[in-house]
Amino acid sequence: MFELLGVPPQVLMGQLLLGLINGSFYAVLSLGLAVIFGLLNIINFAHGAQYMMGAFAAWMLLTYVGVGYWPALIVAPLVVGAIGIVLERLMLARLYHLDHLYGLLLTFGLALIIQGLFRNYYGISGLPYQIPASLSGGYNLGFMFLPTYRGWVVVASVIVCFATWFIIEKTKLGAYLRAATENPVLVGAFGINVPRMITLTYGFGVALAGFAGVLAAPIYSVNPNMGADLIIVVFAVVVIGGMGSIMGAILTGYGLGLVEGLTRVFYPEGSAVVIFVIMAIVLLFRPEGLFGRAG
Amino acid sequence: MAIAEDTVKTGPLRESIGMPRLHKVIFLVLLGLALLLPYGVYPVFAMKVMCFALFAYAFNLLLGFGGLLSFGHAAYFGGASYVAAHAAKVWGLTPELSILAGTVAAALLGLVIGALSIRRQGIYFAMVTLAFAQMVYFFALQVPFTGGEDGIQSVPRGDLFGLISLRSNMALYYFVLAITFGGILLIYRIVHSPFGQVLKAIRENEPRAISLGYQVNRYKLIVFTLSAALAGLAGATKSQVFQLASLTDVHWAMSGEVVLMTLLGGMGTVFGPIVGAAVIVTMQNYLATFGAWVTVIQGAIFVISVLLFREGIVGVISKWLKRPL
Repeated sequence: MFELLGVPPQVLMGQLLLGLINGSFYAVLSLGLAVIFGLLNIINFAHGAQYMMGAFAAWMLLTYVGVGYWPALIVAPLVVGAIGIVLERLMLARLYHLDHLYGLLLTFGLALIIQGLFRNYYGISGLPYQIPASLSGGYNLGFMFLPTYRGWVVVASVIVCFATWFIIEKTKLGAYLRAATENPVLVGAFGINVPRMITLTYGFGVALAGFAGVLAAPIYSVNPNMGADLIIVVFAVVVIGGMGSIMGAILTGYGLGLVEGLTRVFYPEGSAVVIFVIMAIVLLFRPEGLFGRAG
Repeated sequence: MAIAEDTVKTGPLRESIGMPRLHKVIFLVLLGLALLLPYGVYPVFAMKVMCFALFAYAFNLLLGFGGLLSFGHAAYFGGASYVAAHAAKVWGLTPELSILAGTVAAALLGLVIGALSIRRQGIYFAMVTLAFAQMVYFFALQVPFTGGEDGIQSVPRGDLFGLISLRSNMALYYFVLAITFGGILLIYRIVHSPFGQVLKAIRENEPRAISLGYQVNRYKLIVFTLSAALAGLAGATKSQVFQLASLTDVHWAMSGEVVLMTLLGGMGTVFGPIVGAAVIVTMQNYLATFGAWVTVIQGAIFVISVLLFREGIVGVISKWLKRPL
């Protein structure tokens, strides 16, 4: 086999796959943030905590109720999304008339509460979650070994991202949503229940985070802090991509995951900060973000 | 401008522009209390409160008066504490020079990060500052001089100006008191200067301030750098008090804590951050044995403050007394 810049292809491909998987999580999470931001104009700081709740929901379903991976993939996001809807109705809805920064502060507080509660009951050591039998094992692609579950994560995230994009950009419901993003008062005047749409949108964004959490459960150990550091990287992803475009959020997520993987091959020390460095460069040359609209 | 300044110097307006009598009285009472405090409570605890009061005060300069929510102030607080600890331990500098080194480092860091961050507004600004602070955290985790997970431990306290020993808690206490009080009065002065008035104008209506000919970004960068430097002063001082610089001080949770202190005490008030810092540090002290519940309680205070209590403690009192505090 050939070598690229002194790096064996197995190593390169392995890291690229790892990058693609990280990118899948970046994409699904930043997509959720972008969907929420589009309509609610708030940044959901609790997104990382809700991602963690998704993973815990899957673990609890398996441990306490005996419900396996596939049902959990549907049920856990619904549960987490429902909790999100309750939070929106009880708390966030009271803040829409205020400066958007209050939404950020509120969701930050919620994230602290959620993470603190889970830390109290489950510690920080992490709980194992088995890869489902139907997705265990792997394929030998000749140039590398592909664990089935990791391939599935990439496929599942692409499907969810594409479906979300399709709903928002190509369906009538999405048209209402985009119209409400532009001018909620006018859309309300046409007889559309905008507050309910806002609530459901928040629930949907949160459910996306929960879905990512279930996907992550078998790869990373399920622990209360799993979302806390991830969400900060996702914020940087969102700043780089700009939240104006759904497709932009998705592409930036996968792209930055791959860049991070490549960095891990060629300059491992820089892999933790490469996304932040890219953010600095983007701020310097295109402050509105790669896919953002100026102003 | 020139005319206004002349009126200030000579005219009857001067009294109203200088420090109001109420503020003077409160500052004097606080100073009196602080002078006696170490006879009542453990000096190290009192010093911790003061370091955080200065930290929150510096943060309030940016948020309360500049209207800029930075979610990454731990970078300057913790960054300065590393530099000051390194200066005292490895370079053998005296305490005041170590603290100065930490403060200068924080100012430079604030200048660079601020210059990039002010290119975005509002929510994006908060996310950008948070992301840069996380970068500083990873940096502190990886570079050898910070000692990774261990931090920089047993930092020597040394002699002030090479003459006065700060090894006793009492001596150090009055040194820290001088720094804190000096820092707070400096920020008070900045806020009530013509520069501070322009900042408030930008906070209230940025497009209008631009149309009046103010270089808005320059003002933002200056206030960001000042806030970072003073947060650094607090962090550097803390490293001398605890003889320790660790990852806790650069972690995002620390950035959240200073936001909480300012929010709870009252954003944009004169005494709010001091009250907020005192309340939060005292709470952490008494609840330390409850582990993760402290995080839950802090989160709950956040939620309650945002939903019901946006003026903060001092803001409510101020509304009650109908006087700005």
